[in-house]
Amino acid sequence: MFDLMWLLIAVPLVSALVLLVWGKQADPFGHLIATAASTLSFIGGVVLFAQLLGRDENERSATTSLFTWIESGPFHVEMSFTFDALSGLFVLLITGVGTLIHIYSIGYMEHDERRRRFFAYLNLFVASMLTLVLAADYLVLFLGWEGVGLASYLLIGFWQHKHSAAAAAKKAFVVNRVGDVGMALAIMLMFAQFGTSSMEAVSGAMGSASGGVATALGLLLLLGACGKSAQVPLQSWLLDAMEGPTPVSALIHAATMVTAGVYLVVRSSAIFDASEAARTAVIVVGLVTLLVGAYIGCAKDDIKKALAGSTMSQIGYMMLAAGLGPAGYAFAIFHLITHGFFKANMFLGAGSVMHGMDDDVNMRHYGGLRKAMPYTFVTFAFGYLAIIGFPGFSGFFSKDKIIEAAFGHNVWIGLGALLGAGVTAFYMTRLMMMTFITDKRWKEDVHPHESPKVMTVPLIVLAALSLLGGALALGGWIGDWLAPIVGEAHHEELPIPAIAITLSILAVVVIGVLAGIFLYGSRPVAAETPADSSVSAFTRAGRRDLYGDAINDGVVVQPVRYVTRSLVFLDARAVDGFVTGLADRLGEVSQALRAPQTGFVRSYALSMFGGALVLTIALLAVTLA
Amino acid sequence: MTVFWVLAPIMVVAALGLVFARRAVHAALGLAVVMISLAVLYAVQGAPFLFAVQIIVYTGAIMMLFLFVLMLVGVDSPDSLAETIRGQRLAAGVVGLVFAALAVLVIAQGVTGAVTGLDEANADGNVYGLAELLFGPYILAVEFTAALLITAVLGAMVLAHHERLTPKRSQADHAAQRMREYAETGRHPGNAPTPGVFAQHNAVDTPAILPDGSALHESVPPSLVERGQVREARAADVDDVARQLESDEGGDEK
Amino acid sequence: MTEYLTLSLILFSIGAVGVLVRRNAIVVFMCIELMLNATNLAFVSFSRQHGNLDGQVAAFFVMVVAAAEVVVGLAIIVSIYRTRRTTSVDEASLLKS
Repeated sequence: MFDLMWLLIAVPLVSALVLLVWGKQADPFGHLIATAASTLSFIGGVVLFAQLLGRDENERSATTSLFTWIESGPFHVEMSFTFDALSGLFVLLITGVGTLIHIYSIGYMEHDERRRRFFAYLNLFVASMLTLVLAADYLVLFLGWEGVGLASYLLIGFWQHKHSAAAAAKKAFVVNRVGDVGMALAIMLMFAQFGTSSMEAVSGAMGSASGGVATALGLLLLLGACGKSAQVPLQSWLLDAMEGPTPVSALIHAATMVTAGVYLVVRSSAIFDASEAARTAVIVVGLVTLLVGAYIGCAKDDIKKALAGSTMSQIGYMMLAAGLGPAGYAFAIFHLITHGFFKANMFLGAGSVMHGMDDDVNMRHYGGLRKAMPYTFVTFAFGYLAIIGFPGFSGFFSKDKIIEAAFGHNVWIGLGALLGAGVTAFYMTRLMMMTFITDKRWKEDVHPHESPKVMTVPLIVLAALSLLGGALALGGWIGDWLAPIVGEAHHEELPIPAIAITLSILAVVVIGVLAGIFLYGSRPVAAETPADSSVSAFTRAGRRDLYGDAINDGVVVQPVRYVTRSLVFLDARAVDGFVTGLADRLGEVSQALRAPQTGFVRSYALSMFGGALVLTIALLAVTLA
Repeated sequence: MTVFWVLAPIMVVAALGLVFARRAVHAALGLAVVMISLAVLYAVQGAPFLFAVQIIVYTGAIMMLFLFVLMLVGVDSPDSLAETIRGQRLAAGVVGLVFAALAVLVIAQGVTGAVTGLDEANADGNVYGLAELLFGPYILAVEFTAALLITAVLGAMVLAHHERLTPKRSQADHAAQRMREYAETGRHPGNAPTPGVFAQHNAVDTPAILPDGSALHESVPPSLVERGQVREARAADVDDVARQLESDEGGDEK
Repeated sequence: MTEYLTLSLILFSIGAVGVLVRRNAIVVFMCIELMLNATNLAFVSFSRQHGNLDGQVAAFFVMVVAAAEVVVGLAIIVSIYRTRRTTSVDEASLLKS
């Protein structure tokens, strides 16, 4: 049965190709084919996962190799896939949430004439992401890595006519490229050190590898993860990626692609376990991003950008957990899954709101939507409660565990994570207030209405999962489930008892919520975004993404531009000058050579006589010498 | 030897005259002097045949050819002394001087050895000795030279040939032309009188006199006119001749 | 012997300078004739030194060739004079670049 796991990838891939090649003829039913393909993958994933459930701890993995991909001297790479506990969870997440979003998109993209192409790209994404998580070799993972990058580019820039969308797609691709360099270097290092890039072999070799190699690998893989997961310093593309259609933001930039970095770190747990320095780097990156994302989320009036800042922050939590070692890997994955549910839920909810508000994204123009769009409001509220960590919802369990593990590692990291939880509560409350609760600030001719069933049904499903997803932690199931891959989580000594941590988290959350209600609920919200000059420096910094773009521009773009300009100058002056100068000198020489050609017979006679004289002297010299 | 030392300076001066003379005819004169002196030197050196050939061929034929062409082209126009090519005179002078110095000081001094003299070679006579060589080892050269001479003659004929561009005018055409000119311009239709007709003198430089007493300038060669060497024609001569004729007639009638 | 050669070479140099300096084509021709004559003198002198008549034969041939050359050269000059009405050698400067 597991021999056929490659079908999970092949079906959406073939569907994508078919839809792209078939052309306009397939427009009436293209979306249905794509959704069917995604559903088939989901069903296949469920079947395989069920098979896995029944198995013993040691046998919870199945690997198949399709063919030998590269055979060149000592370099040998198999196209091999592994369906184990970790990749199984991801397969379900990707295909499950993916299928729901496919269904949602049928309604959302109904009036777009390039809908068929959109679905083809969605399928391409699903196929690539599945390749990424099912890969048993780092090079095959890289194949999927690049594939999702491509799909992300195509989908962010889907509305090609919009210059901002095209620019955002390019930005996402270029920043991801920086991360990809790290990934590629890591694979090259693996090959140089171990002669193979197979995950099993590399993990096994970590026992005997030197600390330096492990640290180098860890840092390089971290660089790759930062690019894909929009962690500091490669975070600048995520907020611009909101230019893409909302289902794209939900699927790729909330639930799945951005979590690929976390997957990579967890999958390479053997490497990170072997290097303290790499783990510390991961923790630092996670903590910083967690706080940066939360800060940015507070200052954005664009609902999608606020959610994007939130995504950045939550992935920071996941990275933080992954950096804590075996104590945190399972919780990172747990939070990843729950985040997938509630964030996709909220993004689709935002899409529903935008659909009703004539595609306006400015929250200042919302207000009072809980009456106009009740289903959207309720499902969004479920997601909201999950993200702030309301007891009982999935987010409560997953985030709680991470903060606990953080405290177990270092009290300052724990405090940082705790602060992040408070800020999260604040900005999410702000969002809820501005969008649903406060009074109407609608523009003229805007009549918000509830979205069609094809959009609200996925919302309901995801809202239910936001509530029920916490069940994964029941009895520590998730920890045990992933133990064969990430190791057992040994219990850290907590500086304060676990219950105290939980209560302090709740307290901080309550403070955040109250602050949000006070600042945005009790006072009237301005109908237009206040000018930059009238807000504090902190807000200005938040609006400019904490000057992330400015830093990139100053550190990278300007120096490179300077270098290229000087090279161009050198080329024009030195190289061209040399070549043209050569031609000019030749011309000058020719002009000089022209002078003797007077046309007068007597001058020629003179030169003849002179030549004869020289000849005579030469002959004499020879004869008389 | 004395012959040499007398003739050598003369030759050098004549050669310099050839190079520096303003009028072409003076230059030709200089060349003629050089050639004749060379002939004498040949004779002195035991080459009597060449002495004769030099005078007959070179001075007699070639120089005459030069003079004919000079006359044809125009003896009158003197060369302007200004040099058109910059630095040509200086360069020519320098190169010439260096060459001459080189030649005189090096080459001429390098020739050593006793002078054998031509007494033995001329034993049977110079002409005989030359003939033996010409018709012996150098017979092929003689034949080629003969061919060369014929070719040269042909070449000259071809080069100097006038290509007729208009049909040749016959006597009748000339007569018609003359009548036409007389009708249109009043030009005298008869022959241009030879110089000296109705004149006291039969000289080239005296213009012929027309019946009305005026001088006919076409009767004097233009070169003389240019040189201003035309003598006056006297109208009084006409009256003299008329009286003479009348007296003759009167004599006849009587 | 040396004096004859010296004279010959002096005449030759004078002739060469004349070729370079004079502008009238006929005078240039005459200078060339002067050069040829100078070589003839050298030939005859050497024939006397060596004691055989080969030098005189050579001088003889030089004369013949010079005669032929003068014929053709003057014909050319006359032909040029007819078309261009000038005998200046500087006129033929079409090769000027």
